[in-house]
Amino acid sequence: MAAYPGTPATEILEYASRLPEMYSEWSVNEKVSLEVCIGASLAGSRALCAMKHVGLNVASDALLTQTLIGVGGGLVIAVADDVGLSSSQNEQDSRFWGRFAHVPVLEPSDAQEAYNLTRFAFDLSEQFNTPVILRMTTRICHVKGVVTTSERRPHNSGVGFQKDPARLVMIPTNAKHRIPLMYQREERLQQYSEESELNFIKEGSDSRIGFVTSGPVYMHIQEAYPEAPILKLGMSYPVPLEKIRAFAAEVGQLVVAEEVEPILELEIKAAGVRVLGKEILPRIGELAPQVLRPAIGPLIGEAPADKPTPTQSRANVPEVKVPPPPPGSSLFPRPPTMCVACPHLGIYYCLSKIRNKSISGDIGCYTLGAGHPWNALDTTICMGASMGVALGLDKGRTDVDKEQKIIAVIGDSTFMHMGMQGLLDITYNRGNVTILLLDNRAVGMTGGQDNPGSGRDIHGEVSPRVNFAKLCEALGVKPERIHEVNPYELPTMFKALREEVKIEDTSVIITNQPCVLVDFYAAKPPLRVEDEKCTGCKNCLDVGCPAIYVTRRETVVKPNGKEKELAFVRIESSACTGCNLCPSTCGPDAIVPVENFVRR
Amino acid sequence: MSEHKITNILVAGIGGQGVMTAAEILAQTALAQGYDVKKTEVAGMAQRGGVVTSHVRFGDKVLSPAIPPGEVDILVGFEPAESLRWCSHLRPDGVAMVSTTRQEPPVVSLGLFDYPEDPVGQMRAADIHMHAFDAGAIAAGLGNFRLVNTVMLGAISEYLPFAPEILKNVILERFRKHKPKLVEINEAAFEAGRAAQATA
Repeated sequence: MAAYPGTPATEILEYASRLPEMYSEWSVNEKVSLEVCIGASLAGSRALCAMKHVGLNVASDALLTQTLIGVGGGLVIAVADDVGLSSSQNEQDSRFWGRFAHVPVLEPSDAQEAYNLTRFAFDLSEQFNTPVILRMTTRICHVKGVVTTSERRPHNSGVGFQKDPARLVMIPTNAKHRIPLMYQREERLQQYSEESELNFIKEGSDSRIGFVTSGPVYMHIQEAYPEAPILKLGMSYPVPLEKIRAFAAEVGQLVVAEEVEPILELEIKAAGVRVLGKEILPRIGELAPQVLRPAIGPLIGEAPADKPTPTQSRANVPEVKVPPPPPGSSLFPRPPTMCVACPHLGIYYCLSKIRNKSISGDIGCYTLGAGHPWNALDTTICMGASMGVALGLDKGRTDVDKEQKIIAVIGDSTFMHMGMQGLLDITYNRGNVTILLLDNRAVGMTGGQDNPGSGRDIHGEVSPRVNFAKLCEALGVKPERIHEVNPYELPTMFKALREEVKIEDTSVIITNQPCVLVDFYAAKPPLRVEDEKCTGCKNCLDVGCPAIYVTRRETVVKPNGKEKELAFVRIESSACTGCNLCPSTCGPDAIVPVENFVRR
Repeated sequence: MSEHKITNILVAGIGGQGVMTAAEILAQTALAQGYDVKKTEVAGMAQRGGVVTSHVRFGDKVLSPAIPPGEVDILVGFEPAESLRWCSHLRPDGVAMVSTTRQEPPVVSLGLFDYPEDPVGQMRAADIHMHAFDAGAIAAGLGNFRLVNTVMLGAISEYLPFAPEILKNVILERFRKHKPKLVEINEAAFEAGRAAQATA
């Protein structure tokens, strides 16, 4: 099993790696993880790669040709869509890949089905000589439920790697013979889907509305409309259109409820079956019971909840009683923040103080640098994009941006995932870009998994640790333009950054302190604020550390008549790990270590 | 609560407070009692100081893992403003167990937003059945801030459809396995939470 960590799919490999008899790895990106699994499958083993939705974009190059060659051992691609964007840059529907690659898509609706369908997917893969997509969503991956397991069956094809160039070497002359076979396979799968017990009808006594659905929406519908008949698609591609046509004839109104794109809907409509879908249901987010009810209710004569219309709220019409907003509805937001003592804090503190800059960002904890108080990220697109975008900002600049300093910020794991090629492009094309490579020796955002930069494999065993300075040099950065700095030493960090943004060349500043969440992070005694020394200048708040709290605010009038806001602070010693960043922002030296501290 | 077939518990707090662990323990206990259990989180960037909620549902048969708004039986609020944020998800006859230990986010420290003067008062004004006490102070008094979790579980134990001792034993068993030194202090925290609830 292979994967690159990504919410909400990370846990799949975390659990799989606990099984010593099975090979598992963190791959450097999803494309490599799929390629490893293709190789393992051809070698005769069963293989599964797991990824989040955007990971399959990266791996799709491999998938769209792999589908031509078929499998040895069963090959399963478990992909998790972040419906509702709890931790992703976009919301995608991975079911499209089934159509694009002409491979079957299985969709579990809860934990038990995730177990059952994963087992089944391997059999299906081998039976039809096809990779199988196991499509899940956050509401499958981040759910725990009761699962009954069945007996484990060791799999061994016993035949090993079967060399067969006409099938496995996809040059045009070979590939064109494979394409018809792929379409024939799809037709057989279409027939299979019509007959499969995975696509079943849950009978219901109130057939005014009948639902076609897949994935966790099956549970949401049963919660909201327990008496409605449901055609539940465990195998949602190929679509069992005849089964749907027959079901439609049995119900008053057919509704297709799918997360998130109208994929089944379009195919059902194209087949000439009358169905309602995204005309009434939202096209983004989860179709939870509270989302289904107001959409479905009007179809069966249940009025939607009273809402004042714009005309009703005008003063000249009779007063309508508007219910008060529920308590807590106007509360401050609590967005994710960087951790206390995070090594990124010092970096963003410095970046926020640099003028005339454009900063391309990337995917990871450091994306939070776009928020307060730093506001020091101008773009975030996808894994590794900070590199190419920075080069484009440099090469595409017009006179207005002549003096602009172009900076790219990328984490160690993202750099190895897809950033290295971008850096090569920058050096090859002599880009004037300053790159901040934030090496915190972990995949931080997903929980601190190991990677080639940590020098440990998925089991925590020692493996070669990549040397980022040498790597950047090998990619064409001049040795004198590569600096390794401790991000907690603000003066050093500032100096390196200020110098490098002035030089018209490609520079890399590598920071070298570990993520505070990794097991080897060493906390130091916490700090405290000496009240009598604090002048309320607020400089320390610019660090953005969540352990610094304001105790009181004051407005003073300066000699020039201008008002100035002061904020006096304290440091929460139970949270502070003594990283020593904030003292270097404190003029009056009011921040000092707590004496005789014992950490529990 | 007996009129509902499913017991719905919403645990709300901030990444790093132990919300997910508390939910995990509740789910495990319900499972051991023979219930069908589902538990789900909305915690994309959970360790990053953001809002974290965990839903625990148990009963004869649980379908959707997330609790629809307005159907929460017990709200376990690890922080007063977060309790206020989620209290409208309670059933009319639901109960909120609220720790009054305030935790202001950086956006408040930076002066961009205000922290409500009296979140507990706002909930009382909205007629929410509630027990509010400073679980942080209780935990700190016992010598370890991380005990907040056990204090809160102790506090809600009287409201569960099984005996408080059953939940307590599950917690203590976890510590017996991994950190036997902490068994005693967790038992004290559990009982302190129970006592605080009774008088709050």
